[in-house]
Amino acid sequence: MAVAAAIARTRNLFAAVALGGIYSFCMALALLVLDAPDVSMTEAAVGAGVSTVLLLGALYLTRIEETPNHRIALTPLLVSVVAGATLLYGAWALPPFGDPAGPIHQHVAPRYLNDVVKETGVPNVVTAVLASYRGFDTFGETVVVLTGGLGVLLLLRGRRRPLSKGTAPIGKDAT
Amino acid sequence: MHRESIPRVVTKLLFPFLLLFALYVQFHGELGAGGGFQAGVIVAATLILFGLIFGLRAAHLVAPPWIIETMIPLGVLIYGGVGVAGLLAGGNFLDYFVLDHDPVHGQERGIFWVEAGVLITVSSTMVAIYYAFAGRGR
Repeated sequence: MAVAAAIARTRNLFAAVALGGIYSFCMALALLVLDAPDVSMTEAAVGAGVSTVLLLGALYLTRIEETPNHRIALTPLLVSVVAGATLLYGAWALPPFGDPAGPIHQHVAPRYLNDVVKETGVPNVVTAVLASYRGFDTFGETVVVLTGGLGVLLLLRGRRRPLSKGTAPIGKDAT
Repeated sequence: MHRESIPRVVTKLLFPFLLLFALYVQFHGELGAGGGFQAGVIVAATLILFGLIFGLRAAHLVAPPWIIETMIPLGVLIYGGVGVAGLLAGGNFLDYFVLDHDPVHGQERGIFWVEAGVLITVSSTMVAIYYAFAGRGR
């Protein structure tokens, strides 16, 4: 929470990117505490590693300091407050965390947990659910990754304007 | 003598172990934590680290951009190919039970190839985006 507040406060984009990496590591730790090592690994590698590097690469193409903007944007504030209030209101109706009688633990989860080794021979339930029971969803996810990658590549490659000379982009020969 | 000799040496030392760890996460994902997404991300992070330390040109030598860009759709094709293989073997799309005489072995085989497809697509997409960012403004 403190890190998130610091990200919102700071005007230095470099500091914001670094804080974002710290925030991702905190989230990875939280996910690990919640017994989700798969998601935690992804968060640590993507959130803290790759996306930080990509943001730094983007920073290199812009300026480090954010231009100060003292106008108070009312509509976004209203939208975020209303959305947050709706989510809080909805969270009230959820069953308590870890409640074994919750609907999520009654529908298909028992079958996944009980029959997973018998049906798939894969002891890691997460892998079995992702690749086998939910194979269609994962296929869709892979296609989404493909589409996202293609979109970014097209946007970044589409028009290549030479920037001012003398600035080496991040990762370019550091010798 | 390079100015940043410590990061260079450490990267050189870590590089094979990071890739090995990615393979471990990939092929051990059935037993422990991990799988295609995680392994792909680790491979991508390794290559990006290499590019950061040794420069984009060296990274292009290790992983040429055209290979990376071919790998993005290749992974999806492998995943879809597993589905079509299930169709050809007389099952439904993405039906792993028919991939082998023993349904459980069929499941394992299907999951293996599906995870391989995910690994290829995820890692190459990340690296391709990094290349695109780092190669801008040259």
